[in-house]
Amino acid sequence: MPAMPELKINGESRHFPDPLTVAGLIEQLGYAGKRIAVERNGEIVPKSQHAATALVAGDQLEIVVAVGGG
Amino acid sequence: MHQLTIAGKAYRSRLLVGTGKYKDFAETRAAIDASGAEIVTVAVRRVNIGQDASQPSLLDAVPPSQFTILPNTAGCYTADDAVRTLRLARELLDGHPLCKLEVLGDPTNLFPNMPETLKAAETLVKEGFEVMVYCADDPIQCKMLEEIGCVAVMPLASLIGSGMGIVNPWNLRLIIDNAKVPIIVDAGVGTASDATIAMELGCDGVLMNTAIAHAKDPVLMASAMKKGIEAGREAFLAGRMARKYYSADPSSPTTGLIGS
Repeated sequence: MPAMPELKINGESRHFPDPLTVAGLIEQLGYAGKRIAVERNGEIVPKSQHAATALVAGDQLEIVVAVGGG
Repeated sequence: MHQLTIAGKAYRSRLLVGTGKYKDFAETRAAIDASGAEIVTVAVRRVNIGQDASQPSLLDAVPPSQFTILPNTAGCYTADDAVRTLRLARELLDGHPLCKLEVLGDPTNLFPNMPETLKAAETLVKEGFEVMVYCADDPIQCKMLEEIGCVAVMPLASLIGSGMGIVNPWNLRLIIDNAKVPIIVDAGVGTASDATIAMELGCDGVLMNTAIAHAKDPVLMASAMKKGIEAGREAFLAGRMARKYYSADPSSPTTGLIGS
């Protein structure tokens, strides 16, 4: 796999030295095992697909949690 | 008769509560427990990348195993953003299809954008969501939302977070009289009597957040709201006496008075 210069996560650009999957990203961010949801380039990445989904440069990710609201 | 049924599921409580604006999760949970609510709304937001990911989360304090979690689309101003948010929410909640749709139109009054709301509702219903929808207290558009397939229609009683109470009971009555799905007042309730009035009008339930969270004693207000909802529901079922504007009718016997 090619090296991966840049991902956009929750609107912010982030550089990662090595290629990674959605599961790897969640792990690196400290959210492994947490109740979160991931959207990649506008499409939901189901939990069952996190380990199998490789990220590529330029991917836009949204990672969300539930917070207080009415 | 005494249960609220939404999308085929029966609930004992007709009070639905939000989780915003509390001091901490302990207060959130204590207020929800005092309210007796079974359906609890949450918002969906980006995680703070770079901040401590080990912080406790709302769903630890209010677990989906104990409550029906109702994710909302608060803060969305377009149908597309609302649909995306709820797709993420469904993934977050392991496929749970029940959701609260709200598409706002104006940041100062948080009035709903009804064309975008109708558009989002169509998409979500097609995708299998069970949509409870915040909307204007317009009987025609409420009916449209029902016809699209929303499982509950939730007109505002007054502006979100305003505590102004039931400002247009006549519109609510028109909506209730025409409805085949639960009508739940969403937004505007300020105190327990407002909740009672909504229920006396024949609403099937009331959804509130600020009235409890911003009371001086949120837990006590949650308890008051529970009682207000129950009192209003019972009064509605009991059927109030007719109003008599022009003739008084004494409660005590008119005969046998001393000195007669």
